[in-house]
Amino acid sequence: MIPAAFEYSHATSVEEASKLLDKYGEDAKVLAGGHSLIPLMRLRLAQPKALVDINGIKGLENIEVKGSKLHVGALARHVDINNSHVVKDNLPILAEVAGEVGDNQVRNMGTMGGVVAHADAAGDYPTIALMLDAEVVTNKRTIQAKDFFKDLFTTPLAVNEIVTEVVFPVANGPHKYIKFRRRLFDWAIVGAAAQKMNGGWRIGLTNVGPTPVRAKAVEDALHSGAKVEEAAQHASDGLDPSGDLRASPEYKKHLARVLTRRAIEQAG
Amino acid sequence: MKHKVATTVNGHPQEHEVEPRLLLVHYLRDVVGLTGTHIGCDTSQCGACTILVDGKAVKSCTMFAVQAEGKNLTTIEGLAHDGQLHPLQQAFWDEHGLQCGYCTPGFIMAAAYLLAQNPNPTDDDIRKGLEGNLCRCTGYVNIIKSVKSAAAMMGGATEKAGERAAAAKRS
Repeated sequence: MIPAAFEYSHATSVEEASKLLDKYGEDAKVLAGGHSLIPLMRLRLAQPKALVDINGIKGLENIEVKGSKLHVGALARHVDINNSHVVKDNLPILAEVAGEVGDNQVRNMGTMGGVVAHADAAGDYPTIALMLDAEVVTNKRTIQAKDFFKDLFTTPLAVNEIVTEVVFPVANGPHKYIKFRRRLFDWAIVGAAAQKMNGGWRIGLTNVGPTPVRAKAVEDALHSGAKVEEAAQHASDGLDPSGDLRASPEYKKHLARVLTRRAIEQAG
Repeated sequence: MKHKVATTVNGHPQEHEVEPRLLLVHYLRDVVGLTGTHIGCDTSQCGACTILVDGKAVKSCTMFAVQAEGKNLTTIEGLAHDGQLHPLQQAFWDEHGLQCGYCTPGFIMAAAYLLAQNPNPTDDDIRKGLEGNLCRCTGYVNIIKSVKSAAAMMGGATEKAGERAAAAKRS
């Protein structure tokens, strides 16, 4: 279908983009990779009055390490995160996750900032950001990941606020992300991530609720010496996933437990 | 309000005034008049509309024409030269990599990107590289054969060119 009409403007700086967003107010959307937004517009599930294209803003695609932090610019594409030696050396789980988002064509366009700001429950980066206590940096402030993913497609971003980068801790110990799906290019029916960091485990889950989930009960059980198999049983503690076309709530909880066990066992 | 968009399509400069909501695939088909790029779905999944934007495979249904300002676009029409099919086109023909042919332009463009990244792919690399394209006829087996055959042809062509160059140097 053809999207509803909108006004288009192309920003060359974050300040300019923010001013344009101010001008259009609630009815405007930021256009980054566009691979969630444009499909929604084509189905007319989204009908923004204006798009502010930020693809021309220089520097937002940078990926670099500063001290013990990995800074990933909002316009870093999945393909670049997947291929980046900086990411592979400093946070290999993120490079691997980037290679599992969508397909080649999607990875050539889709961005870190877009995925995070869209806050889809089935997004993969939000899980990694949440479980590693990443920070979402905007043109106005720095927001902790745990305060960022508030609800389904809901973040604290103001109308004129733009994600500029996501800052992750460096972690290159054992790790694994398992994205369970029926078709290679598809969303996760459920995803489970395990990362060893500072002597403990961080465990995250994708698509088992309106936001990503950090499986603290599993982390605590592992910390107190529980066997992996026993600890993974706690992955579904407190979960209340909604069913969808692909899986019932019970099946998602089952997958959370099984995939968590596999992710920890296969972490390398 | 209409916006000016200037692109290069298959080596030819193009300049048009377009509505912002015009999708790149509609621009190519309806404005530039190149109908080789197909539309197979409405959900960015099928890959029939795949083209190269500055050398990168992109689904042209998931980009607005205005975003292509200043970009170099290659569509299926841009592959053959002087009446000579591109090795991928020839290989899809030889290996029966198509039946109805609707998805073929997208597969060939996605495969062109794949071979540019990885000139010698394994079957698994090809399956993974073409995950963004759907075919409802072939069962994919002959598509994979076609891409392998094209890879061999293209590798072979480079070697032969290299040999000729080396021979030319010797003489």
